[in-house]
Amino acid sequence: MRTMIRLAVAAGAAAAFAASIGAALGESTADEIAKYREALQDGNPAELWEARGEQMWKVPRGPNKVSFERCDLGLGPGVVKGAYAQLPRYFPDAKRVMDLETRLVWCMVQQQGMSEADALKNTFGNGSAKRSDLEALAAYVASQSQGIRMNVALDEPHVHDMYRLGEKMFYYRGGTHDFACATCHGDDGKRIRLQDLPNLTKVEGAQKAYTTWPAYRVSQGELRTFQWRLNDCFRQQRFPELAFGSDASIALTAYLAGRANGAAYAGPAIKR
Amino acid sequence: MRTRIVGHCIGGIAAIGIAASIVYGCASAPAENDVSERAEAMMKSSFKAHGQATLARLDQDETQRVCSEYAGRALPPAVAERIEKANLETIRYPADGNLVGDWKSGEKIAQSGQGFQYSDDPKKAAGANCYACHQLSPKELSYGTIGPSLYRFGKTRGYTDETRRYAWQKIYNAEAFAACSNMPRFGYHHILTEQQIRDVVALLVDPASPVNQ
Ligand code: HEC
Ligand code: HEC
Repeated sequence: MRTMIRLAVAAGAAAAFAASIGAALGESTADEIAKYREALQDGNPAELWEARGEQMWKVPRGPNKVSFERCDLGLGPGVVKGAYAQLPRYFPDAKRVMDLETRLVWCMVQQQGMSEADALKNTFGNGSAKRSDLEALAAYVASQSQGIRMNVALDEPHVHDMYRLGEKMFYYRGGTHDFACATCHGDDGKRIRLQDLPNLTKVEGAQKAYTTWPAYRVSQGELRTFQWRLNDCFRQQRFPELAFGSDASIALTAYLAGRANGAAYAGPAIKR
Repeated sequence: MRTRIVGHCIGGIAAIGIAASIVYGCASAPAENDVSERAEAMMKSSFKAHGQATLARLDQDETQRVCSEYAGRALPPAVAERIEKANLETIRYPADGNLVGDWKSGEKIAQSGQGFQYSDDPKKAAGANCYACHQLSPKELSYGTIGPSLYRFGKTRGYTDETRRYAWQKIYNAEAFAACSNMPRFGYHHILTEQQIRDVVALLVDPASPVNQ
């Protein structure tokens, strides 16, 4: 209960902070975040999403009234501990490499009996008015891998293939601005305006970035998943819209998650 | 099987590493081509057209294609030269020969990141967001570092015809001078209009511009 109150206060502070962050030109965003973290004293509003996701995990859902406790994330039905650290992985029942979000949708459709359109209705939340079940579920599942080392099975042929395709995509330049992921994430110590850019071509950079998503985004007052992160970077890249759960989204995720192998998962984190 | 092909390919790179005459290096090995082609096909089926950002954005021109192939590796000098020459040839100049506009308008264009994202209103004028990657006016502290500082660009290089012409060319098509540069080709891709390019050139080369104070 105390935690919930503290977090509710934190979420209010987050909204106020989000309003001020845009105005704080000149001051480094990193400094601002450091201050904000201090104010929260280790609390992270992401815990609100985790708690909501945990509840959703356990209750019967959809026309079939089946809970996620039948959903196999790779370690057996209902097992969440450590599951995120091994995703994406190949699922023989779906004959497809899947990341966490795609697998959750699969369980909603195949086991809970939801239509795909319904399962995909709110992939990304939009403030308090439009909450996303998927983001809450992802936050919960990911939180259950805290401290566990990333271990994506790159020696599994399907995963290995997706990894290589993802690598190609990372360097694929196109569009009106000639951008690739590598344009913004290919060097050390760079930034866009004041936002630091991780060098995702280096193992340390990929590890630090990947193991902190999903993340609570202070500037949006929302918890965001890795699917969202990729989607928004492609928007800035001036590409068309990346379809949620598409093969391309999973290939890129496999590439970055695979490069993060060996690092302890440390999310859901808190970000700008 | 796949692993063996990959192994062969990596050996190939080591073997031809110094042979500058081999234009595509390992990227032309069958296994790699196959991955490139499948990655492209995968992307085409994974993206949705959204407003102005249609699937055509995924079609690469020759420069984008070659730069993608060499990603993460040094460009052989012969390839770099070929790309720069082809891009230099795309540069167009104003009919009246006037390359320099109004730095105040140029500053606004350099500040604005609006344009060409599917979330942007295509009816609004696009900006160039030079500040995303460059330091320019010392008054703007919120600048990125993907490109070099352009502070005192005109003052340092001299207020000459040559400087003005280089600024025009560089903004029009950055890859005419730096193959596979991370800088967008603002004229070639029609991101900026002729008048907008003039105004940004002024920001760099006008002695009265804050960039040169
Ligand atoms: C035009 C610039 C640009 C391009 C192109 C771009 N990104 Fe980003 N990316 C950013 C910025 C800016 C941030 C940090 C945003 C922030 O601080 O909120 C970011 C953040 C990220 C992060 C999170 C890092 C962290 O530690 O939280 C990941 C992962 C990422 N990008 C991956 C990619 C991938 C993969 C691609 C290609 C699909 C890509 N980006 C393309 C600008 C870009
Ligand atoms: C996404 C990043 C990016 C953006 C946006 C960008 N640039 Fe650049 N720019 C670079 C990089 C990287 C270089 C260095 C490599 C090169 O020369 O192409 C560069 C180099 C330059 C140079 C050459 C400097 C020299 O000393 O030769 C000029 C001039 C320049 N940029 C002007 C601009 C202007 C003006 C704008 C806006 C209209 C702009 N740039 C937008 C990344 C960018």
